[in-house]
Amino acid sequence: MSEKKQQVSRRQFLNYTLTGVGGFMAASMLAPMVRFAIDPVLKASTSGEMQPVVDVSEITTDPQRFEWTVKQVDAWYTSDVTHSAWVYKNEKDEIIPLSPICKHLGCTVNWAGNESYPDQFFCPCHDGRYFKDGKNVPDTPPNAPLDLYEFEVKDGTLYLGKPVPREGV
Amino acid sequence: MLQKMYDWIDERVDITPLWRDIADHEVPEHVNPAHHFSAFVYCFGGLTFFVTVIQILSGMFLTMYYVPDIENAWRSVYYLQTQVQAGQIVRGMHHWGASVVIVMLFLHTLRVFFQGAYKKPRELNWMVGVLIFFVMLALGLTGYLLPWDNKAYFATVVTLQIAEQVPFIGEMAKTLLNGDPSIVGAQTLARFFAIHVFFLPAALFVLMAVHFIMIRKQGISGPL
Ligand code: FES
Repeated sequence: MSEKKQQVSRRQFLNYTLTGVGGFMAASMLAPMVRFAIDPVLKASTSGEMQPVVDVSEITTDPQRFEWTVKQVDAWYTSDVTHSAWVYKNEKDEIIPLSPICKHLGCTVNWAGNESYPDQFFCPCHDGRYFKDGKNVPDTPPNAPLDLYEFEVKDGTLYLGKPVPREGV
Repeated sequence: MLQKMYDWIDERVDITPLWRDIADHEVPEHVNPAHHFSAFVYCFGGLTFFVTVIQILSGMFLTMYYVPDIENAWRSVYYLQTQVQAGQIVRGMHHWGASVVIVMLFLHTLRVFFQGAYKKPRELNWMVGVLIFFVMLALGLTGYLLPWDNKAYFATVVTLQIAEQVPFIGEMAKTLLNGDPSIVGAQTLARFFAIHVFFLPAALFVLMAVHFIMIRKQGISGPL
């Protein structure tokens, strides 16, 4: 607006340039380091494929714990790890494969793990409980149902994928 | 001889004022336990610093044997504890010091709180102190994983689950700490080691420097 020419003194000019150059140098130094550090967040997750777990004929209406082993690649370290699932058939003859990982703080839950609750999952760590369908019992520490594994049945064998979280009650 | 060396240096770089700034100043009567025994409550900050120095030194020496790798971490700790002369003592210092430092920090905080020493003009220093407290807790937390035994592993699993509970950014924060979206393993240990040994101590040094400079600038708060 004003007709007056904006005068930039030598000192100001020098300040701007030095700040600019310094900022640029700092940014170009830090950018690769930050990108390096946050890489795990940005890496596309390699979702494991389905793994054969058990013969469908072995699945009963009572939850049973089945284990299977997968080759796990942890960056530069490869190992065999064992996963497990509580699997049963409900009244509608649907297969329900539940993750045994407690939704409170990650302990392992057991079916009928507490004599007082023979038809619930029980977590020994803080007395968390879940109904048979994996829904958490209100007023116990967990605040969400047990994860449900992705699954499919091929040639009479149950294949399990990764555990999928469900909405809390 | 020593005096001569000191003089030689002092003549050239004039270190006496520096030295005076750091150590040569009056301790007010109300914080001197020799005058009022109850003044021992003023010692907790200094004790925190003292234990911190022990932690830094013992930690430096521990890394001479310790290896942050999931195959060897536990074994290296076992080795330094059982095969290395005084290994138990050095590891013991670091292990117990980690708890003592939190206790001292807490007592120091209580003293400052109940004496109202955080009030104007020292609010800023209180905030810096709180940051130091957080950094210390984080140091304890990351250090806990390093022996890579069962207790360490499952404590970390729980820690990560807690981090995951943070609204919105929880999952990212967890992956960032963990190094992997789901596996608590090789990358987790390497990360925790780096954080424990480089990042947090760097933050701690800066904060402590600020904390102490402010104390010197503002002086100790007056008697109650
Ligand atoms: S971890 Fe299962 S109840 Fe706390």
